[in-house]
Amino acid sequence: MIQELTWAIGGEAGFGINIAGSMLAKACSRGNYGVIASNEYPSLIRGGHNFVSLRISTSEIFAPKQSIDILVSLNKETVEFHKQQLAPGALVLYDPKDYEWTKEEIGKEVTCIAIPFPTALAKNTFSLGATMVFLGKDLTFLTSVIKDLFAKKGEKVIQENIDIATAGYTYAKTNYASVVTHVLAKGKIKDPKLIMNVCEAVGLGAIAGGMKFAAIYPMTPINALIPFFTDNAKKFNIVYKQPEDEIAGINMAVGASLAGARSMVATSGGGFALMVEAVSMTGIMEVPLVIDLGMRPGPATGMPTWTEQGELTMAMYAGHGEFPRIVLAPGDVEEGYVLTKKAFDLADEFHIPVIILTDKYLNETQWQLSEKAVGDIKQTVSKTTVNVSDIKDSQLCKRYDLRTKTGVSIRSLPGMKFGEYIANSYEHDEDGYTTEDAGMRVAQVNKRLKKVQAILQKAFVPVVYGSDDADITFLSFGSLKGVLKEAVSILAREGKKVKHMHVAWVYPIPESIGEMLAREKRLICVEQNATGQLASVIKEATGIAIKEKWLKFNGRQWTAEEIVNKLTTQ
Amino acid sequence: MEDKFITSTKPTWCPGCGNFGIWLALKNALTKLAIPREDVVIVYGVGCHGNMRDWMHVYGVQGLHGRAIPLAQGMKLANSNLRVIVVSGDGDCLGEGGNHFIHAAKRNPNITVLVHNNEVYGLTTGQASPTAEIGFLTKSTPAGVVDPPFNPSTLSILSGGTFAARGFAGDIVGLTELIEKAISHKGFSVVDVLQPCVTFDKVHTYEWYRKRVQKVNITGEKLRDRLAAIGIARQWGDTIPLGVFFQTELPTSEEREMSLENKPLYLRSIPVAEIQKTVMQFT
Repeated sequence: MIQELTWAIGGEAGFGINIAGSMLAKACSRGNYGVIASNEYPSLIRGGHNFVSLRISTSEIFAPKQSIDILVSLNKETVEFHKQQLAPGALVLYDPKDYEWTKEEIGKEVTCIAIPFPTALAKNTFSLGATMVFLGKDLTFLTSVIKDLFAKKGEKVIQENIDIATAGYTYAKTNYASVVTHVLAKGKIKDPKLIMNVCEAVGLGAIAGGMKFAAIYPMTPINALIPFFTDNAKKFNIVYKQPEDEIAGINMAVGASLAGARSMVATSGGGFALMVEAVSMTGIMEVPLVIDLGMRPGPATGMPTWTEQGELTMAMYAGHGEFPRIVLAPGDVEEGYVLTKKAFDLADEFHIPVIILTDKYLNETQWQLSEKAVGDIKQTVSKTTVNVSDIKDSQLCKRYDLRTKTGVSIRSLPGMKFGEYIANSYEHDEDGYTTEDAGMRVAQVNKRLKKVQAILQKAFVPVVYGSDDADITFLSFGSLKGVLKEAVSILAREGKKVKHMHVAWVYPIPESIGEMLAREKRLICVEQNATGQLASVIKEATGIAIKEKWLKFNGRQWTAEEIVNKLTTQ
Repeated sequence: MEDKFITSTKPTWCPGCGNFGIWLALKNALTKLAIPREDVVIVYGVGCHGNMRDWMHVYGVQGLHGRAIPLAQGMKLANSNLRVIVVSGDGDCLGEGGNHFIHAAKRNPNITVLVHNNEVYGLTTGQASPTAEIGFLTKSTPAGVVDPPFNPSTLSILSGGTFAARGFAGDIVGLTELIEKAISHKGFSVVDVLQPCVTFDKVHTYEWYRKRVQKVNITGEKLRDRLAAIGIARQWGDTIPLGVFFQTELPTSEEREMSLENKPLYLRSIPVAEIQKTVMQFT
């Protein structure tokens, strides 16, 4: 019996490749296995090649693996495209109707398993049933997943799908009972796990953070956020609005925020570019707003369905004029939830935009997180919004009051008597009325920028994994967290003294990062872009020039194996 | 009657500017409707019209050029108790913000848009706006405008708006009545206000308009007839009709949001139990 393996499925778009991945991921998670599912697909709806890989382990895991142990190929291309990833001894499940594969033709020591898959719609579920035989499991967990997945469609659909899975299981059991190379040992994960992508975690974090209004124009890779909000709008007490474009979206969200509803937008680089003028407006109006920026390879339309971390500096500097903001970069699904929830509190406390920097890999990979991680939800209280009963006189409520230590003044909401002010995109005085007075201009700019000091009090330092006296220290932000965590544990097992620093609070950069980095012997900055943006901003903020930059920008996420190989072959 | 909207800033519009008439009519309408001052939000576009924010004591939002309408929709969705009025111009809401204008009409939010329509960009010293007529001489069209103009009324009627009227800044009594009706209307109401620009437009003067404007009184079934309304609204020449061209009642954008039943959005609490239930869907 083995402790872990990677299962993958590929086929034409429209074969239900993604759903098959999700179903198996859930079934494994319910069976106490560690699981992580990642997908690859072109920017097409039908045709084209869709691919999902699932790493399954008896214990907790943090990143997918490149090598494949079981490949389910629902078309000929799947084997052609992925045969180089096949591990020694891998099982290749193929349909003899598509092509008669042999290990000679594949050119590797693999076992080819012919399975006559049924019609297009049933292929995926049939293959999952067959998969269970090779994993040495029965259909218990798969059946329970099917029941939940099709609950809304009724008993008949549930039974049809269970029958298809059973047919696949029976076929494999009858013909291939002797193939026991990939039987998994018992799952050892104790605490109950949830499984979701970062889009859904961001959505859940937003709701738990008191979000009431979201305006999102569809764009890969944040699309999964939309059904999460729309399916649950009524029970979550929220409004989701699909705007005519991203400019309308962010302006609607600013309007809702001005009226007192915690609000957000979500987009990718191109949509964010359209929003930038309004981001600047949140700066001068001092309006809370949360922006989920899901990065993908640019410039322009780039490679829409692939991954990159090319918009770090854009997030930090986007917007004309100078004003404070916060940029957070979650590294996994748990941080996606926690940091989004926190983003709403921070935006509300400081009256600023807070950007959550995600990417395609994070948003569409399915990860596990502990049920406990999302258990603690309390009603959030706006600390800096005035109570209607507190304003007795218009003289007392100055929206942009300069007499404030932190730069944050009290905020009234439309409808509150004596609270009238102008939320003004022009420079303004303490009541919001337009001014071009030199003294007031300087005072208001200083007031806004003063917030940075108070914001930095809330900043948190990088999370560190690995050896205390490391010879090598990897530095990264956002989605490389799991990959490097995995790489560090592999290298540690090989006896290397390595550690990883994960930057989740990106901006404003706390000075303490400089102190931390200055102590390290050898720093390697690993990034998913071509210019080393994190290294650049670290240098700008701390003066520390990180010489070794490992950069990957082909649209595919770094893998732990690549990191380990790169280090050991140097 | 006391002017409760006054601020410490005096208007900076050119003497004789059509904006004075619109400002006065708006204040009259708000006073007549007796809406508590704190419940009124005016969202301003960028242009000479938008400068009104500094001499109008209500909750005001001065947005970006062209973006007043989406700001207003967001505010109305967040707090449906607010009376949200957009003060915009022909350049602001038909040039830079044209997309927002037609999409708002399609959604039918319960907001009112006043289009200060003077055929020129006054704040940038007199270039042609999207409503400028063919042949009109401006700084950006020294040989005359070559492209045909937009008509704010027909555009809103065609796009799904539920109230379309045209007024004249030189007729404060008539305009007051139109703005009152527009604010009282449940749905997306647009008042196209013909407004002389005394500095950059020597053609469309008060005198020019007075010779041409003619009030129409449309009632009953005819008022709900989109095609008939477009026919009247597109009349332009020796006679320019003024009045309410179209009015009908349809569900508003806010009414179509299930989660807005009973209580304004911004007052809703976090549904802790529902979140916990949803979390279990991810097992």
